[in-house]
Amino acid sequence: MTTLYFILVGVLMGNIAVGLIRILRGPTAADRMLAAELFGTVTVAIILLLAIVMEKPVYYDVALVFALLSALAVVAFVTRGWPNPEPGEQDDGRR
Amino acid sequence: MMGAADIAGAVLAVAGVLFFLAGTLGLLRFPDIYTRIHALTKADNLGLGLICLGAAVQSGSLMTALKLLLVWILVLLAAATGASLIAQTAHRRGIRPWARQE
Amino acid sequence: MAVFDLILGLLLVVLVWKSLSVSDLFGAVISFMAFGLLMAVAWVRLEAPDIALAEAAIGSGLTGALLFSTLGRLPHSEARQPVVSRTVRNGPGYWMTTGFWWVLAILLSIAFLFSLLDLQTPGLGGLLQERLPESGVLNPVTAVLLNFRSLDTVMEIAVLLLAVVVAWSMGTVVWPVKRTLPSPLLPGFVRLLTPFFLLVSFSLLWRGSHAPGGAFPSGAVLAAAGILLLLAGKTTRICPRFMFWLRWILAVGLLVFVFAGVSLMVAGYGFLVYPEQWAGALILLIEVSAGVSIGAMLMALYIGGEPDIHSA
Repeated sequence: MTTLYFILVGVLMGNIAVGLIRILRGPTAADRMLAAELFGTVTVAIILLLAIVMEKPVYYDVALVFALLSALAVVAFVTRGWPNPEPGEQDDGRR
Repeated sequence: MMGAADIAGAVLAVAGVLFFLAGTLGLLRFPDIYTRIHALTKADNLGLGLICLGAAVQSGSLMTALKLLLVWILVLLAAATGASLIAQTAHRRGIRPWARQE
Repeated sequence: MAVFDLILGLLLVVLVWKSLSVSDLFGAVISFMAFGLLMAVAWVRLEAPDIALAEAAIGSGLTGALLFSTLGRLPHSEARQPVVSRTVRNGPGYWMTTGFWWVLAILLSIAFLFSLLDLQTPGLGGLLQERLPESGVLNPVTAVLLNFRSLDTVMEIAVLLLAVVVAWSMGTVVWPVKRTLPSPLLPGFVRLLTPFFLLVSFSLLWRGSHAPGGAFPSGAVLAAAGILLLLAGKTTRICPRFMFWLRWILAVGLLVFVFAGVSLMVAGYGFLVYPEQWAGALILLIEVSAGVSIGAMLMALYIGGEPDIHSA
């Protein structure tokens, strides 16, 4: 059973590694932010699975704090951080 | 010792991770920002919901289950709002949705 | 398990490398945020829930908001420029500086490895567990932070306050009063979420005595709630009367801490040496005031200057 969970956590880590490609390539700022959001959700999932495996319910609180604060980065990005007119954003946003 | 709750939790966790995989595939392969938001926001949050449910089933305590439910609701709220904000701002910035070339 | 830890470590190194080397500031900020997220996972793996909580609150949320807002304030040309320009990268000065830091980093790593070999194996954990009943709390981390090594914590809070004083000395902040919000969804969302932030913040504060939590994560969550309100269109203009209270709120953590220490000294115990029967209550008092102050100070640092006084 423990092995299964470690495989699952490994797959989720792989998800993050693949999402890294989107962060590095873009093409638009929104794509990168979206990948960062993916990281946030996957991190919550990883922490939940680790909490099950390590049998430490304390880590559910870490997941709770993450879930609460995941909104902050996106809101800051949309209202403040979005670098306006960037090259490649005037076209259709395709790579 | 493996009880029914453990097996149910494991099945739910596996299903959740599959949804995460689908979401990441969408993030990589879909052609523009709007379709990627569509893929990621729905698939990932369903996946997280399943994992939360799996953890709640295994915990066997009502308080922990409620806490996990709160985690899921908060992530759902944040993801839905975030997706809407990103999409609206992208649209206003003039990123045109992808269309199949004739 | 080892494989998972290996992937985690590798990803962390890649993200640090990217946040330092990527050619534009925006990419660097995103990489750094992702690094903060994974760092919290690393703390979970190291079974340090207290640090994981603080990292979850500060590393992913607050740092992201702070860096994005800073990026938004930079003039365009500056934000778009590569961190290190091509011409600099080819010069001899660049290679000398880079070489110097590389050599220093390698030497430090070697020194670190040797110090790991010299580490005393039992550590201080056993001693801490032994003396835990005297501390007045059940969570060993809180016992260290607020009882056994409380002088360090006083200094940390003093440094934070000093940082706020320096930020305020830069002048008042002109916060844009009417910013066009991207969507009417945002204020509603924030209104819905604020009670949850307060709930989690207070619960972390209360749990600090017997479980992971305490003043620092609690203050960080509180500050996050305030920043979210600001981003959703609230302004930093406040009336002069509240300004008076704000100064007290910022300082109360340090004041209560120092006052408790000095009164104990006068009573003949020594600076911040708690008598056993009072320890629990004193720690709770200090923790609550420190939590409120830390929240206010982190938010003040995010705003980055003295709030505009609204004379009405």
